[in-house]
Amino acid sequence: MTTTTATPTAGPEKTFKDKLAAGSFEIQKCAGCGKHVFYPRVLCTHCGSDQLDWVVASGAGTVYSTTVVRRKPDAGGDYSVVLIDLAEGPRMMSRVVEIAPDAVKIGMKVKARIAGSGEAALVEFVPA
Amino acid sequence: MSLGTKDLRGSVAVVGVGLAGCGEAPGWSETEIMAAAARNALADAGISAQEVDGLVVASVNIFLSGLSIGEHLGIKPKFTDSTCVGGSSFVGHLIPAAMALNYGLCDVVLVTYGSNQRTGVGRGDAAKYKAILDPLPFEHPYKPFNPPSSYALAAARHMHQYGTTREQLAEVAVAARQWAQLNPEAFSRDPLSVQDVLKSKMVSDPLTVRDCCLVTDGGGAYVLVRADRARQYKKKAAYMLGVGSAHWHRQIAAMPDLTVTAATESGQRAYEMAGLKPADVDVLELYDAFTINTLLFLEDLGFCKKGEGGAFLSGGRIAPGGSLPVNTNGGGLSCVHPGMYGMFLIVEAVRQLRGEAGARQVKDARVALTHGNGGVLSSQITALFGSEETL
Ligand SMILES: [Zn+2]
Repeated sequence: MTTTTATPTAGPEKTFKDKLAAGSFEIQKCAGCGKHVFYPRVLCTHCGSDQLDWVVASGAGTVYSTTVVRRKPDAGGDYSVVLIDLAEGPRMMSRVVEIAPDAVKIGMKVKARIAGSGEAALVEFVPA
Repeated sequence: MSLGTKDLRGSVAVVGVGLAGCGEAPGWSETEIMAAAARNALADAGISAQEVDGLVVASVNIFLSGLSIGEHLGIKPKFTDSTCVGGSSFVGHLIPAAMALNYGLCDVVLVTYGSNQRTGVGRGDAAKYKAILDPLPFEHPYKPFNPPSSYALAAARHMHQYGTTREQLAEVAVAARQWAQLNPEAFSRDPLSVQDVLKSKMVSDPLTVRDCCLVTDGGGAYVLVRADRARQYKKKAAYMLGVGSAHWHRQIAAMPDLTVTAATESGQRAYEMAGLKPADVDVLELYDAFTINTLLFLEDLGFCKKGEGGAFLSGGRIAPGGSLPVNTNGGGLSCVHPGMYGMFLIVEAVRQLRGEAGARQVKDARVALTHGNGGVLSSQITALFGSEETL
């Protein structure tokens, strides 16, 4: 597991976004209790430690819940919004793509990838 | 020596309630609706605005809302609170207000709310500005249609884990509508069937537009005093027997288990203060922003076991004529929902305890439970009220 040090010149949110823009999906791991934290924070939500290191996420996840947001076809059509349980533990909001939004099922194994680039870089998931 | 939580039981009482502009109030500003609701609550109690020395308010939009409404009403309060934790705020306001009254910081607290979100201009713009001023960078890019999408995720998970059905969720909307049909002040009173709910426009699966609350204008207010003064006003007092608050998250991704809300804790705290249990409750007012709310809160407040909410509420149990009267005004689903609904829970509970709820009156209602929800199943605040004989 790769460990890097947070940029001292930026808060956790910007640090995360900068890493993502550079092509790396990283989450925080607590040096105090060993648990992972997402979204990026100043203190560990499990033990209160501020010793949070950045580690590259495995990208493996499971759909915890799923919804299809209904939208008119001419506005882009329906789309997926999901909650993903990352293999490391934390849960995040995201979307599952490359399958129809109503084909996304709870319990489905998924794999992270980075969509977009620069400031628009975003973690999304595809079926594993 | 300080007061213990049990000392708060029965220590304060609501002596006036009022509504204003419910449904549509075109041409009325938010502050004006708050002021009109305040006037009606004060008149209900027979108190003049000048007697108010504690002022509590929460607003979705107005910065310094407490100052605005104080200025508008000509009130110069000694105690002010404008805590906002979403729709549950007005149930939560009981806590600081009760403490201020008990410590003698003030004698008459006015709590008020108003919104013109249905007919007011600039609703779309307001959402845009909010996204800039209060960004949620780990949700916003995925465009959840919030709040419905967050509640939809909870509903989907409950259905997956416990076999809850869309029909069972629809029963919540149908029960609320049947109560609304008994309430001349309710906004939506047309007949509604389970099939109607299932067939209506899907918003964010599995929730249709009929699983979602109304978007109305409206305001409400209540007047709270110490119990030692509660008998001197025009109407019967409703005593606060217990109150409890809890929150574990703000955004839905941070909710530990989407099938269990912090109402498990807030309810426990309120029951403990009141020395009451679910079986002692005669009427429930639960914050039904979405049909899944009512189901989750019946479970989390101990009216049935976790996972059994769908079966429990089916067959008209919570509808008029059922064994457990829930959301007797028609709720946020069919009566009124101007952005933050918590105020209306208390107004209806007080009316039920006074016996002035007309065709929807629950016979011999002595204990009422109000449960407020804020954010996306985030803030959970429970309060129990009782008539004088419960003291
Ligand atoms: Zn830790």
